[in-house]
Amino acid sequence: MSADQFVQYLVSGLTQGSIYALVGLGFTMIYAVTRIINFAQGEFVMLGGMLSFVLLDSAGLPLAVSIVLAVLIAALVGAALQFLAIRSAKQASHVSLIIITIGAAVFIRGIAKELWGVDPRPLPPFSGDTSIRFLGAFIHPQALWIIGTTVVVALAVHFFLSYTTVGKALKACSVNSAAAPLVGIDPKMMGLIAFVLAALLGAICGAVTAPLTLTRYDVGITLGLKGFVAASIGGFKSPWATVAGGVLLGVVESFAVAADWGPFTSAYKDAIALVVLVLILLARSRKLAEED
Amino acid sequence: MEVIKRKWAYAAVAALLIFLILLPFDWFLGRYTFLMVFIGINTIVTIGLCLLMGYTGQVSLGQAAFFGMGAYVSAILSKTYDVNPWLAMLIAAASTGAFAYVIGYPVFRLKGNYLAMATLGLGIIMYILFRQMAQYTGGPDGMGGIPYLSIGGFVFDTPFRRYFLVWFVCLVIILISQNMIRSRTGRALRAIHTSEAAAQSIGVNVTQFKVKVFVLSAVYASVAGSLFVHHLRFVSPQPFDFLASVTLITMAVVGGLASIWGAIFGAATIKLISDEILVELGQVNAKLADLDVVIFGLILMLVMIFMPKGLFVSLRDAFDSWRKKRALRGVKS
Repeated sequence: MSADQFVQYLVSGLTQGSIYALVGLGFTMIYAVTRIINFAQGEFVMLGGMLSFVLLDSAGLPLAVSIVLAVLIAALVGAALQFLAIRSAKQASHVSLIIITIGAAVFIRGIAKELWGVDPRPLPPFSGDTSIRFLGAFIHPQALWIIGTTVVVALAVHFFLSYTTVGKALKACSVNSAAAPLVGIDPKMMGLIAFVLAALLGAICGAVTAPLTLTRYDVGITLGLKGFVAASIGGFKSPWATVAGGVLLGVVESFAVAADWGPFTSAYKDAIALVVLVLILLARSRKLAEED
Repeated sequence: MEVIKRKWAYAAVAALLIFLILLPFDWFLGRYTFLMVFIGINTIVTIGLCLLMGYTGQVSLGQAAFFGMGAYVSAILSKTYDVNPWLAMLIAAASTGAFAYVIGYPVFRLKGNYLAMATLGLGIIMYILFRQMAQYTGGPDGMGGIPYLSIGGFVFDTPFRRYFLVWFVCLVIILISQNMIRSRTGRALRAIHTSEAAAQSIGVNVTQFKVKVFVLSAVYASVAGSLFVHHLRFVSPQPFDFLASVTLITMAVVGGLASIWGAIFGAATIKLISDEILVELGQVNAKLADLDVVIFGLILMLVMIFMPKGLFVSLRDAFDSWRKKRALRGVKS
């Protein structure tokens, strides 16, 4: 592998990794506050991309307005999911909550398929199509948008959690949800906020990545899984650990595909993330068992 | 009260058996025979899932992977290598069971959410393998020409014959599972579901029992997969994707997670919705035929929110308490 190729694969790994990090941030947000893994997280990503496309293409709104509206609608869906499904089943077991969020994921995906069909949809790139040459590698400007968005979003989440009252209340819930109500924090409200924020993050991710990777009614399954892997590497705790997990996964995937394995080519890319997932889960299973 | 309850249960089972025996005849519901074979096959997988989820409290989001392994091993051995289909079915069940055993120990060190994701990942890996290993599996296009099962000179070459074969296997599996639930193993499993710590403190080897049920559910799924390919004589990756795993869970949820007989109800309801009702509606408006996913999602959410024990079990409990009330009123007057 030449130096140029190395940079090229690194950049594509960083771009993919940023996408996984954004999805993973949503998982971390909800899990930290409510101890629920939201299997519908990938669907927020799909909604962000698809709704942006529909608003732009059918309603003829400007790109920026479409994206903002799409993100807000996705946030509403997140609120509805928490309010209608999760909250109604408050005393539910792990198994029930897993099944409920899977049901929600399948439901949202099915509706999207009914409404918008099965074709992949593009969004126009935010700043043109001309690749930038950097250290011998070609970088699509949208890749910079994706990486930049991830950095900005991670910073925003960090400052939100550390310096605002609501953010600190969320953090309190994640540290000890039994003690939080003693100081006047409403865990139900925090659960709702966590779902809305996770939906926002997911939808932003969907809108930013659609110009580069296209979007479709079923992108949520694999993206959700990769995001979960990113969040698991980070241990579902700090946003920075999740971002690091996502970037690590993206880079590993990128170089694994680059290495030519004969018949085992890019078709197995998705399997790599799952192998990484299983390895991580097994390596940390003792610690995870203690937390559960 | 127990006696009344048991009397009713026996009557219900007897009625079900008579119904199942008469169903495939043309003067009764013969046109559903082909569909009923699929319902029987799905019931077998669902029973395994019920044992795992309902009785032991462990989630598997990758059950379609074991279903697919049984299907592919049977298909490849009996078609490509001319192995006797029964022997192929046996090899498929043994190898799927062994596979579940090997991955079971590491996987069941995980709990709850992590277990769900690990099995989900496993399911997707297997689906990718089915699609990509085209030289063996025929890839996305699938492979056809798989032989029928036969005993001596008797070939199971009509849906009518396969109906009795599949439902015979299904009833045997129901009996085995019922017996297991009432045995020491069954009590250990329910103890694990209620509290792992308590089960462990009275000497139940928690991991060992979980792996045991996991292996059993994988073997059930594999047998069902073998029956599936010898019924359809064609295999492709699509019936074993993530959605298939979700559909199987929907069947278990409708059946009532902790009910063996409920599995028949769940499998039949879901299959009727997707293969009959929606197909009929699809002739009115093609878009309606694709609604199955939306409906399954709704069912999963609604049943879990309002009847966490599952639809069939909740209905049965309601019937029992209605009878109890009526009996008490009889005593008073």
